[in-house]
Amino acid sequence: MSMKFTKDHEWISVEGDTATIGITNYAQEQLGDVVFVEIPDAGKQVDQGDDTAVVESVKAASEIFAPISGEVTEGNAVLEDAPAIINSDAEGDGWIFKMTVSDASQLDELMDADAYKSHLAELE
Amino acid sequence: MADTHETITGNRGLQLEESLIFEQSSEGRLGVDLAEPPHVENRLGGLEREGPIGLPDLSEPQTVRHYTRISQNNYGIDSGFYPLGSCTMKHNPRLNEKVARLPGFASLHPLQPVSTTQGALELIDACAHWLKVICGMPAVAMSPAAGAQGELCGMMAIRAALEDRGDVRKRVLVPESAHGTNPATAAACGYAVDTIPANERGRVDFDAFVAKLDTDVAGIMLTNPNTCGLFETDIIKIADAIHDAGGFFYCDGANLNAIMGRVRPGDLGVDCMHINLHKTFSTPHGGGGPGAGPVVLSEALADYAPLPFVTHGEDGFDLVEHKTGKAAKAFGRLKGFHGQMGMFIRSLAFMMSHGGDGIRQASADAVLNANYLLAELKDTLSPSFDGPCMHEALFDDSFLKDTDVSTLDFAKAMIDEGFHPMTMYFPLVVHGALLMEPTESESKETLDQYIDALKGLTAKAKAGDAAYFHDAPRLTPRRRLDETSAARNPILRWRPPVDEAEAAE
Repeated sequence: MSMKFTKDHEWISVEGDTATIGITNYAQEQLGDVVFVEIPDAGKQVDQGDDTAVVESVKAASEIFAPISGEVTEGNAVLEDAPAIINSDAEGDGWIFKMTVSDASQLDELMDADAYKSHLAELE
Repeated sequence: MADTHETITGNRGLQLEESLIFEQSSEGRLGVDLAEPPHVENRLGGLEREGPIGLPDLSEPQTVRHYTRISQNNYGIDSGFYPLGSCTMKHNPRLNEKVARLPGFASLHPLQPVSTTQGALELIDACAHWLKVICGMPAVAMSPAAGAQGELCGMMAIRAALEDRGDVRKRVLVPESAHGTNPATAAACGYAVDTIPANERGRVDFDAFVAKLDTDVAGIMLTNPNTCGLFETDIIKIADAIHDAGGFFYCDGANLNAIMGRVRPGDLGVDCMHINLHKTFSTPHGGGGPGAGPVVLSEALADYAPLPFVTHGEDGFDLVEHKTGKAAKAFGRLKGFHGQMGMFIRSLAFMMSHGGDGIRQASADAVLNANYLLAELKDTLSPSFDGPCMHEALFDDSFLKDTDVSTLDFAKAMIDEGFHPMTMYFPLVVHGALLMEPTESESKETLDQYIDALKGLTAKAKAGDAAYFHDAPRLTPRRRLDETSAARNPILRWRPPVDEAEAAE
């Protein structure tokens, strides 16, 4: 499926039973250079909206919320040594964690690319 | 431009380039001529040091110059304007320092018998009295060591009072513009933090607050004036609503400087509030000096105040150190001794030298100065909210839109103009925030110079000279720091260079 977005500027992309989550390109621009990422451990159970990861930039430390409920299956360990990937490729190699989808209907509440684009336009 | 001023030495006029003290070391160079130590039998049992201790070898004049030179790179409130919002960087009267250094205060030890420290206990009692009168509250816990510990003290008193009535609650409400310590304190006390949104006026959204109220809410933590520099106009309604729901009202007193002598938190329905003695009543702040965070308490919380505290005993002043008698409900002890004595002395000196009328004027002048900045800059910068402010003026970065100059770049350019920058990017509720707090200490002349500098820089940014800002600061001993590399690959200590000959062996 194509990407979905939250109003907290996370993206989620689901393939089969696994969802991949990261922050949007807009979010990385706002944060500035990312200097540290705290990725969650595999096996962590999270509910929709739970603090799941932390992205720290030169400007601020931001919590990353789980866009849906499920179990974390993998954190992107590459980010621990190379947090700059979030700045160079936020919506690709800069993914932060993968998780299972326990309730697919939660995805319906999220924004598609067009809705997210108009959400950003409102923030300008 | 800068290249034409390169010098042979790296010094820039009388601003001297100074290397690390370790880099100046020359083996065997000594500041003092000590006698050879007598030969004694080694009784260290194999634990003696194996190599040299690694301290630099310097002469006395070299050492004096080193520390003098690096001290000249300091910028503080004694050197110039320091409009760091939310920090209240006001002048520190020298009288306070003189009094705090009197040997009768400076040489005391907290474990001395109370019969020998009656004057010190009287001073703590007098300081407590002034704080209670200023706040209109019946009790005060003097021992918390800083604002954040004061918050913890207040929230522990609230928890103790709730548990005492068998009413364990789970949530604490915190506005989204709060200082980060508020939610941290609530979480440290075992509460879940529930965020209250702000309305378009920058105040707590009262309806959203009421919607979150239920019998599970232990209390609200509210800063007034808030971190946007605005008075919470619904504060009495908020206090009534939280009390009707059986919760308590914690007020963060970080901004008491704006209302002291004019508004008494007790009259607003506050149950407890910490006071940052080190910003409200002068005393060193921002330079690593000790803080002090006494907490005023309402009747409902007074019994739960932490140990120890000063009382009027049968034979002069006394200390209550145990959970007995009138301290039976004390929630415990937060700190080894009685609080930050040095801060009590300085703040009592501040309060007594100002008097009630002076304290009242100080808060008025602080608010007037901030509003002067706001009024003079509102057509140049972009104020975040309509209407007058309290002790600090908040702007967002919309005035920099399409200039390719960020709040950070703008702040860096202010350094070249001779100012410590304002607080940037806080509070988080405002995009690219610039928060300025002039305090009551600053003269109109200083503020006018600052305003001229901000207007000039804004004109430069709008004229399209973004490169000027990206390169700022230019006139400092060090240019723009690479914050990203510093955070990603910090070098936290000096290490001796590897000797090439040694490495080759």
